[in-house]
Amino acid sequence: MSAPGSLAWLARHEFRLAWRDWRSMISAGRRRRTRTIVATLVVFAVVMHAVAFSMLARYADGGEPDKATLVAVTGCALLAWSLMLSQGMESVTRAFYARSDLDLILSSPVLARRVFAVRIAIIALSVAGMAMMLAAPFINVLLLRGGWRWLGAYAVVAAMGATAAACAVALTVALFRAIGPKRTRLAAQIVAAVIGAAFVIGLQAAAIMSYGTLSRLAILQSATVIALAPDPASILWWPARAILGDGAALAAVFAASAVLLALAIMAFAPRFGEHAVAAAGTSHTVTRQRRSGGMRPASPRRALRRKEWTLLLRDPWLASQTLMQLLYLLPPALLLWRTFADGTAGLVLLVPVLVMAAGQLAGGLAWLAISGEDAPDLVATAPVPAGHIVRAKIEAVLGAIALVFAPFVAAVALAAPLAAVIAAIGIAAAGAAATAIQLWFRIQARRSHFRRRQTSSRLATFAEAFSSIAWAATAALAAAGLWIAVAAGLIAVAILGGTRLISPART
Amino acid sequence: MRLAEPAAALAIAGLHKRFDRPAVNGFDLTVRAGELYALLGPNGAGKTTILRMVAGLLRPDAGTIRVFGVDALADPVAAKQALAWVSDEPMIYDKLTPFEYLEFVAGLWGIDAATADARARDLIGWLGLAEHAHERCEGFSKGMRQKVALAGALVHDPKLIILDEPLTGLDAGSARQVKAVLRERVRAGGAVIMTTHILEVAERMADRIGVIAAGRLIAQGTLEELHERAGKGDTSLEDTFLTLVAGEAAAA
Repeated sequence: MSAPGSLAWLARHEFRLAWRDWRSMISAGRRRRTRTIVATLVVFAVVMHAVAFSMLARYADGGEPDKATLVAVTGCALLAWSLMLSQGMESVTRAFYARSDLDLILSSPVLARRVFAVRIAIIALSVAGMAMMLAAPFINVLLLRGGWRWLGAYAVVAAMGATAAACAVALTVALFRAIGPKRTRLAAQIVAAVIGAAFVIGLQAAAIMSYGTLSRLAILQSATVIALAPDPASILWWPARAILGDGAALAAVFAASAVLLALAIMAFAPRFGEHAVAAAGTSHTVTRQRRSGGMRPASPRRALRRKEWTLLLRDPWLASQTLMQLLYLLPPALLLWRTFADGTAGLVLLVPVLVMAAGQLAGGLAWLAISGEDAPDLVATAPVPAGHIVRAKIEAVLGAIALVFAPFVAAVALAAPLAAVIAAIGIAAAGAAATAIQLWFRIQARRSHFRRRQTSSRLATFAEAFSSIAWAATAALAAAGLWIAVAAGLIAVAILGGTRLISPART
Repeated sequence: MRLAEPAAALAIAGLHKRFDRPAVNGFDLTVRAGELYALLGPNGAGKTTILRMVAGLLRPDAGTIRVFGVDALADPVAAKQALAWVSDEPMIYDKLTPFEYLEFVAGLWGIDAATADARARDLIGWLGLAEHAHERCEGFSKGMRQKVALAGALVHDPKLIILDEPLTGLDAGSARQVKAVLRERVRAGGAVIMTTHILEVAERMADRIGVIAAGRLIAQGTLEELHERAGKGDTSLEDTFLTLVAGEAAAA
């Protein structure tokens, strides 16, 4: 039994909290779900191992890696690392702003630097743990086919987690010092979202500009990039070599990452408490919203729509999520621009991307408007029929979708009017379908629980994703002038119908 | 000639609600216009459940609820037009300012903009929120949030105000302001029904007090009538309340 207040004692406490948090994320707080979730995870793991086997089995026996392999492995590792950095930044931001136990900890006689040293280490572990879970099927296949040397890949993932956490702490603290605790909350969320998306988008953008394709692998496999890359003996390839089983490179990478994490803990843990206190102070500051004139006239439905739009615009988390959705629209926009320049028929590719993005964005917005009502009693006690309330909220969501996607559709219309009509119909269908799913699976939650919306109903999450994919496929086939689009459309409708049948609204 | 008696502000008869066990068990109550009625009871007695059913937030298993003569179960929209509900947890939006919040509530109740604007400014001034009228509510203290929620409840000029622990978290000054606002509403002919754990508030403010236990009204009347019923003479409401509740528990 470790002494209270010691590093081991604090680590045990943090592990317990992290474990329960993770379990509640997975099971949405319902114990009976655990068995189903475990069974689903096992099936998922088996399927992922099969996918990994079909993709990687033939690469497991490679000897000395060539430059092309090193470029591809490094590119994939950087992609994963950027996502880990994004996740790390989000965790650090939450550690500053959203941990309800900070008052208790900071008012206790336990050394704050110990607490935060443990918390930074836990962030590194959770980032690495999540990445390991996703990478495990691929590493296991390589282990099975190529031998023990591939075990090092797990150590590299751990090293990536450590460096991502160290950099995430450094970046967030730098933001804190540069722009202050009040602005950091929003800025860190946006930076995290941008970092998470930037590498993928950057590769796609380069591929579009160079090859006119959305495939990000095109750039990693291009002769130009391989020719420009450093010599295979360069130290820059050590992480890739470590992944590929080079023992010396692995030892160096692992040691360097451990040192970096230790330095980050030593440098930032002692001041972490001060930053957390400063962050807590921001909740007592006020934001002035000056508006001249009196009240604007509004019917109940108009008042509801206006309220939803105001809240959506003022929600920092949603702002970062929306920004991410819009960032993913950058490559298609580039493709659009290039299509205008080259006069090719690549525009058809854009239609499903827009439809898919609309479905996903509508799902998030619909959850916020329908389930994430912070004053449910107020709205329920208003003298407004329930149907009018729901209709106003749906109008608010679809209005926002129309506003975001109208410029893209208008741009497509300039080059290909028929594709624009198909895109508009697809966007409307995907948006309406995602909104309907959120309506059928609505729960009562606070808007701040948006992060956990996907755990409240896995079924709704999957239905929303499949529905968006089906509508995107329908739009793509229609834009390509194929009659099979009718079949894809029927599948999309069937998905929606099936979801309605099994939804709580029906049962 | 006998004049028709005006409809009661709130008339509840035979109300039943069961969750995993009976929460409200044959509850009857009449609150008159121009009356402030306090509902007292131990934790879990069913006070909040009753008020939520009156506000249209819960559907009773059986019974009737009439608000100024309107059947609240048959025509909830018409009943809601006349009432306001204030819970102990303020129902406001962090990202809206008090002024925007009142604008939203006025929109929900269909109040015209000019009337709502004048009422909102009055309420904001009255409740001491003028300095914060255009600041987002996210940084407000519990007391300020409660005042914003109360202003929201009053901006549509309800005839029946239902309050669940309205003074929780308020400082002495704010509590006095809220009590004054409620008394003013009662003087103007409105009705107020409230639950409270602060017996002194009920003692000083209420025209009549109802004591509830196990989902039933076990006693009601003026303070003097309750003292008499409990056989406690000139003691405090706390003694009377504890005697009545203990008597009911012993009888059960």
